[in-house]
Amino acid sequence: MTTYSFDDDSVVVIIGSGAGGGTLANELCQKGIPVVLLEAGERQSSATFINDEWPSFQQLSWGDTRTTSGTWQIARDFPNLPAWICKTVGGTTTHWAGASIRLQDHEFRARQTYGDVKGASLLDWPLTLTELEPYYARAEDKMGVTRTNDIPGLPGNNNFQVMYNGAMKLGYKHCSTGRMAINSRARAGRAQCMQLGFCFQGCKMGAKWSTLYTEIPAAEATGKLELRTQAHAVRIEHDAKGRASAVVYADAKGELHRQKGRIIAIAGNAIETPRLLLSSSSTLFPHGLANGSGMVGKHYMRHTTGSVFAEFSDPVHFYRGTIMAGLISDEVHFNPDRGFVGGYEMETVSLGPSFMAAFFNPGAWGKDFTRVMDNYTHLAGMWIVGEDMPRESNRITLSNDTKDRLGIPVANVHYDDHPNDIAMREHAFKQGSAVYEAVGALKTHRVPPYPSTHNLGTCRMSLKEADGVCNKHGQCHEVPNLFISDGSQFTTSGAENPTLTIVSLAIRQADYIAESLKTKAA
Amino acid sequence: MQDVTLNRRRFLQGSGGLLLGTLIFGSGPIALLAPSRSWAMEMNTLSSDVAAKLLLVIRRVYPHDRMEDAVYAFAVKALDERASTDPSVLPLLDKGLSDLDRLAGGNWTSLDETRQVALLEEIQHSDFFILLRSTSVNSLYSNELAYQHFGYEGASFSKGGYLMRGFNDLKWLPAAPAEASPSAFS
Repeated sequence: MTTYSFDDDSVVVIIGSGAGGGTLANELCQKGIPVVLLEAGERQSSATFINDEWPSFQQLSWGDTRTTSGTWQIARDFPNLPAWICKTVGGTTTHWAGASIRLQDHEFRARQTYGDVKGASLLDWPLTLTELEPYYARAEDKMGVTRTNDIPGLPGNNNFQVMYNGAMKLGYKHCSTGRMAINSRARAGRAQCMQLGFCFQGCKMGAKWSTLYTEIPAAEATGKLELRTQAHAVRIEHDAKGRASAVVYADAKGELHRQKGRIIAIAGNAIETPRLLLSSSSTLFPHGLANGSGMVGKHYMRHTTGSVFAEFSDPVHFYRGTIMAGLISDEVHFNPDRGFVGGYEMETVSLGPSFMAAFFNPGAWGKDFTRVMDNYTHLAGMWIVGEDMPRESNRITLSNDTKDRLGIPVANVHYDDHPNDIAMREHAFKQGSAVYEAVGALKTHRVPPYPSTHNLGTCRMSLKEADGVCNKHGQCHEVPNLFISDGSQFTTSGAENPTLTIVSLAIRQADYIAESLKTKAA
Repeated sequence: MQDVTLNRRRFLQGSGGLLLGTLIFGSGPIALLAPSRSWAMEMNTLSSDVAAKLLLVIRRVYPHDRMEDAVYAFAVKALDERASTDPSVLPLLDKGLSDLDRLAGGNWTSLDETRQVALLEEIQHSDFFILLRSTSVNSLYSNELAYQHFGYEGASFSKGGYLMRGFNDLKWLPAAPAEASPSAFS
């Protein structure tokens, strides 16, 4: 097993082992670059994953306290759990559902396409779809995305069948089992999906792509990776010239260590990444590292979401098979006639009784609630995921009064729905209900957003230094050897599930870092 | 269900009581699995009397007419566990139950169901109710007996998933065409 000394300043230190950090680590190791990968959580495996919702949640989730504020319903329903993301090797790629869709061309130019939306700080990405396309192709091949690279689509389950029939009756044209990073056939040493129905709980087949059992072992095999688990980054240090020099992290016992590095890349998800930068303030960077623009933590986006569940007179057993079994893409395009900019996808979702009870209508009790639960086997469900508006006031800050076990202020997540988000959600709720009513739903239910799985934008890419935190390679404007490697980079959210884009950006960033090391540009 | 006799030592050490019951629905999904009609759930901290009262409160909060008390017992057990680790919980539960009796002008459990629910509505913003509701919702619906009750088949990996066990057995709508939903096998 490869180990590096704490004083070895030739290594790249990566914080976080999920879609961004895990991929970046492997890509760099494949090029022969030494990497220390710090992961706050423990290492699980397909063998230790649990087919039971709450026990699995305990095993994988980031349960450390956070606080919330703002008018979003999450602040009321789950005040200390704003995000449903993971603290484990592989990060949220253990929990994700596998939907792998490219952002659309115009979504990279949201400001130009949507115009000046009042109360939003829209900005065009400093990157185009054309520039990212080769990396999307590499990501799709790496992840084994269905309907790319001659990989067949997945078979649809009962939940998909209900969605499909409703979509066709409603006149929608684009409904299929879509592009998923779930093996429809055995591929790359991983098994075919056996439709377990536990995508959210870590795939026990290993059929769903996760950095846990793809990128990380591949990186380890190069002899260039040292993965340190239960290593929770608390501060990034810099030298007199303002270059990032080391990461201070706490081990499982809470003891602090300092790992030096040539380059530091942060991929702690869009809540922890800005928290770490804000916690790393110094005389030279009084408002937080790389925060001269004041943009660190701002423009927090979490996608406009919600779910529609429908009761039927006949059974569906929607829990059988993949959670995101298929999607409707007819509403994903830019069409301001609907009363909002941006678009949304409708994707099947199912929950077991445990999560159904917790998330269907948080706080509800009595007969109206239990009657739906009694109809559990006769439910179909979909999740709405759409573009939300970046706003400076939607932001991650350090809590004034709540601290973690190490005495560091926890992240506060503030979010107010923009009128565009509200209009889109309303439209999506109507259309989602109509899909199910078209095939005879007895009753449809609008289900409020779950704690956020898509957390984006808090260290956004920008052409001008004043507008964001990093450039189109995720390289911080102010600190050239500091990189943002997760969804925090997103300039805008797009409507699509973000993992494929995070992976594509990480592959691209690895090429850039390798080139920079050669030319000493970073 | 926990086996009472196997844990006699802990039972004798703890101050908790026992929750006892009998399965009502003889041909229900739970009775078909159970080794006998009677069941018992050991409490670590709660007395038998408090446990039985809480069970009825939880039944009124999450009413499933055909759900066995044995399932509700899991939610009581979750409250018992909370009370065992947090000393502020037992007084809160005691106070909540006595508040209900006070509002009932006597014994809340002896009121008819409609009246019981009406009084629960009055206290639904109290710390007692919020603790009871939030603990119950995460335990009542998250155990093997509840899964049986709702017809949820649960853990599937050991059974080879649902690929050969009905993941696409829906017959009341036409099957989606192959381009939308390809076969699992070439």
